Amino acid sequence: MASLRQNDKSGPIWRWLFIGQLRTFPFRYIFAVLSIAIGIALGFSVHLINASASDAFGDAVRNLSGSSDAQVAGATSLGFDEQLYTRIYQLPEAADVSPVIEMSAVLGETEARIKLIGIDPFRAGAITPVLIGRQVISDEQSAGRTGGQPSFNINAVYLSDAALDLSKTKVGSFVKIRANGAIHDFQVAGDLPGIEAGQPVAVIDIAAAQWRFNRLGVLDRLDIKRAENSTQSSLARALGKMLPSDARLSGAENEIEKRTSLSRAYRVNLEMLALVALVTGGFLVYSAQSLSAQTRQQQFALLRILGLQKSSLQRQLLLEGLALGLVGSVLGILLGYGFAYLVLAIIGSDLGGGYFSGSTGPIDVTASAIFVFSGFGIVTAILGSFSPGRRAAGLNPAQAIKTSADNLDGAKQPVWLPGTLLILLAGVLVILPAIDGLPIFGYLAVAAILAGAIWLTPWLARTLLAPLTRVSNRDVAFDLALNHLLRSPTQAAAALGGIVASVGLMIAMVIMVSSFRTSVDNWLESILSADLYVSGGLVEASFNADQQEEISKLSGIAVAEFSETINVSLDPTRPPVNLIIRPVQSSQYPLSLIATVDEERAGIPIWISEPAARIYDLEIDQNIRLPIGAGGTPVYVAGIWSDYARQQGAIVMESDDYTQLTGNLERSELAISLQNPQNIDAETERLKAQISNIAGTEPEISNAAGIRNIALGLFDRSFAITYGLEAVAILIGMVGVGATFAAQVGTRIKEFGMLRHIGFGRREIIMMLAYEGILLGLVGLAAGVMSGLAISQILVHVINPQSFNLTMKTSVPYMLLLGISAALLITSGLTAIFAGRRAAAADALRAVNEDW
Amino acid sequence: MNRFAVIILFFMILFSAATWAYSSVPTYPEVTSGKKITFPRDYGSHDAYRTEWWYFTGWLETASGDPLSFQITFFRTRPEIETGNPSKFAPEQIIFAHAALSDPKTGKLLHDQRIGRVGFGIIDASQEDAEVKLLDWQLKRTAEGVFASKVAGKDFQLDLKMKPSQVPMLNGDRGYSRKGPKPSQASYYYSVPQLQVTGSVVSGGKAIAVTGRAWLDREWSSDVLPENAVGWDWTGLNFDDGSALMAFQVRGANGEAVYAGGSFRSADGKKTILSPDDVQLKPKRIWTSPKTGAEYPVEAEFVVRIGGKLKRYPLKPMFDAQELTGPFTPTYWEGAVSTPGGRGYLEMTGYADKIAL
Repeated sequence: MASLRQNDKSGPIWRWLFIGQLRTFPFRYIFAVLSIAIGIALGFSVHLINASASDAFGDAVRNLSGSSDAQVAGATSLGFDEQLYTRIYQLPEAADVSPVIEMSAVLGETEARIKLIGIDPFRAGAITPVLIGRQVISDEQSAGRTGGQPSFNINAVYLSDAALDLSKTKVGSFVKIRANGAIHDFQVAGDLPGIEAGQPVAVIDIAAAQWRFNRLGVLDRLDIKRAENSTQSSLARALGKMLPSDARLSGAENEIEKRTSLSRAYRVNLEMLALVALVTGGFLVYSAQSLSAQTRQQQFALLRILGLQKSSLQRQLLLEGLALGLVGSVLGILLGYGFAYLVLAIIGSDLGGGYFSGSTGPIDVTASAIFVFSGFGIVTAILGSFSPGRRAAGLNPAQAIKTSADNLDGAKQPVWLPGTLLILLAGVLVILPAIDGLPIFGYLAVAAILAGAIWLTPWLARTLLAPLTRVSNRDVAFDLALNHLLRSPTQAAAALGGIVASVGLMIAMVIMVSSFRTSVDNWLESILSADLYVSGGLVEASFNADQQEEISKLSGIAVAEFSETINVSLDPTRPPVNLIIRPVQSSQYPLSLIATVDEERAGIPIWISEPAARIYDLEIDQNIRLPIGAGGTPVYVAGIWSDYARQQGAIVMESDDYTQLTGNLERSELAISLQNPQNIDAETERLKAQISNIAGTEPEISNAAGIRNIALGLFDRSFAITYGLEAVAILIGMVGVGATFAAQVGTRIKEFGMLRHIGFGRREIIMMLAYEGILLGLVGLAAGVMSGLAISQILVHVINPQSFNLTMKTSVPYMLLLGISAALLITSGLTAIFAGRRAAAADALRAVNEDW
Repeated sequence: MNRFAVIILFFMILFSAATWAYSSVPTYPEVTSGKKITFPRDYGSHDAYRTEWWYFTGWLETASGDPLSFQITFFRTRPEIETGNPSKFAPEQIIFAHAALSDPKTGKLLHDQRIGRVGFGIIDASQEDAEVKLLDWQLKRTAEGVFASKVAGKDFQLDLKMKPSQVPMLNGDRGYSRKGPKPSQASYYYSVPQLQVTGSVVSGGKAIAVTGRAWLDREWSSDVLPENAVGWDWTGLNFDDGSALMAFQVRGANGEAVYAGGSFRSADGKKTILSPDDVQLKPKRIWTSPKTGAEYPVEAEFVVRIGGKLKRYPLKPMFDAQELTGPFTPTYWEGAVSTPGGRGYLEMTGYADKIAL
């Protein structure tokens, strides 16, 4: 505060200094402020979107599990034996237990995806009261006392507001519910006022859930209330001791953690993009401030001679930075809120990533978030002003007042050591492991490379440009341009900072996304080796052994392989993995294996996906227990296959092994190779009818090409926002570069006047500036491409494996990079010419006299 | 008898009536005259019938002579659900229990309840003898023939042993008790008056040893009350000389009796069956519930014709505020009453509902 007050005293001068600059070079500051604002806006909106998504999810989980003190959940989506209900009820530590059936279901004509919950209202009433429906339909037979027959309405369903909306049903009407291969009509008896907005939930009686949807004898969850004289931990201990292998102790907090661990990596990647914009903004502030300090060098020198302290001068520039940062931050927070609002309203809280479903709550803005994000912007702007301020304050006033800005640092050899050290530091950082599942060191390495590259730019400019002086037969304009750049590498670097930062990060993202997409594409190619893929269709029906045999014998089918996917929980704090049951050794459709055991050995083999291997830290040949079959089953890891589809991990088990363990022969998926793949459409129709005849319900059949298109479409959609953010960052970077360059040219009016005096034509001056622009662009491009390549490798090999648990092969989109490079060079050349035309048009005589 | 409507109302609230035809629904046996009541079988549950209860009411006394009163009731019902559901959770039988403790010192009625569907050994009613399990509440007739019940409510606990001192009193025609003009409007109904109670009561966090005298009503049936009935009034009185009176009336919308009945058994075991003409109830003092606004004749007089002579039994409540409300029950008044030379319980239903109408 003291410094502010001091500043107030001498206010008019400072205001005059700053406002004068603003008036003269508005665009320079506008772009600096804009890029800060964009950075803040991106970061803040990503933060808001995620906060509302995870809040909504957390609330929903807590909401649905009510006031239970502990939860036992099935280790697999097959659930657990219902007798566990009795055994847990009898624990002295348990006061009450509410049995629950839980499954995903399809509701009504609109085929709304909902969570279907079966409860015993008597038991749930005290533990999860939110699941108790509020009866809205009038009881037509309310004449209980006049001879009517009251009934226990097990065909009633209670729908949450979101489920009512999605299914477009009304209370009192009948609605079809499809789940687990069955379909049944229920009457909407009322709503679920306790369920949070945005949660599509349907509640039916547990007996109806077991009966109508083939879940007899099993439960999915037990919500437990502890006895008054027992503690949370003694309840957990008692449960831990008696739980069978197919059940797991779970809890609301676990559920929330599961969900956030899935989305966190995605969120971190997006926040990283926001950071990129912010850093670019910081460099633009740096460029703007460097240039403005240079332009005002003589003003500053005069003030110094008049008795102003060095520290006051530096403070002036820092305060200017603060002002830019403040304006940028306020703008950014407003933009960010607006953006978050739009995204939540239009795309949903998963940003198209498909990680959350249907749970969008209100935007929750906290003062601390605003404080942190605007703080980022202000600090970035102040940091951007720090070094120009120091340089301005450090100049010898006596010399500076006489000399014009440009060629003061010409004699100084640019330093390369700090930049090199930063890049070496990055090399060390990439070796370090993730912290708590987040690639923190990876991001630090990205920052180190970026900072190092920018620090090295003056050196790089000199190193790259110096050899050109030896080239003979140059024209004068080129000579002058080269000379100018070589004499003032710092000034060049100021312009280049923004280019290097935005180009580097852009190239890194482009390479990463392209590598990801190419790997996914190749992988899809390798796994989609059958012609047709059949699933049980809307009713999720499965095929029994007889139906399977019958289908296999249908004419036109060369190969038919049946499979089934269930969920299995290996760790209660993580999302369940998919257990895929299919033929492996005898299969016509090989897994995309990346590692296998050398020799077969005794025991049951499983093949795990790469994400599963990373998440659960599993290796080839390792023994683990799977929670299927009575008492769990020991298995060993026979291979690891690459998988881009199931981030939570997947396990493949031989169909025969699974049948032997569980006695379950039902399979709901089918891969078919046709004898006549060229007639695929006709064959699909024919098979659809035949399978429909055998199974009794119409199956869903997709062909390999269709699935691949859908998958890649999903991929592109989830990266669409990434592309969008990239484009914005680049645009701001480019425009910022243009503004910087134009500003630099503006400071050289005198020089152009002089050149005109000694016989240079306008054309030559413009040519000179074009050369300068292109040379600068080249240097920036070189630094940007190099740092971009390095960063892309960090993204591909460190950050993505650490956050998404999958690896990919680098694939450089050369054409795209060439295009970007050409665009950059052309832009910088054109900007230079545009700026030069204005400069060269100025009156030569006036320009030379412009001295004070 | 009277608890029919409690059950009915209770199910009206909890389970909505189905509005479509089921493929099949349970059939309930009709209550007919001439069925012989046997023991211990008929202490146990009769699952095929629609509703049934074990209804204990009584007066207690602490060691220092302070009076208390209690009520423990286990209801069983067989809901009209679609049959053939193989799920073990299918709500084929529902058990509901209600317990209350009245303390004239505090003027408060403490009460609590439990409910659940039969199954998994957690909730069960034996069909062989009186043995009902409902979560942490239980009732069991021991090998010595004593009814032992343990219930723990939010602010109180009852742990009582109730020993019969007389044989069961079969109401109506050897246990076939009519409730209305139609023969099917009837229940199987017997009472066990003069139960000798020992045990303990926890109230206000303190366990107190108690002794006392109680009454058991056992009733099961399938049909409901007459269509024009809106409520009823019932009393069961243990007299100090060992005699016992059970009397009830079913009220119509105009407050007049639609049907009435009862039993009187003298100390020497001579039983008189009371026909509709033999029972009359005269309200004496109205108490208005501050909670629900319902007006109950908490002081009333049963006028009963026994052996051709009219006898008057003026009833005085232990205290006025013995109204029950709860999530699973309709609002009614069920309280301890005394009469010269005897004590018992009075139940009045259909008063709050009438006001609601």
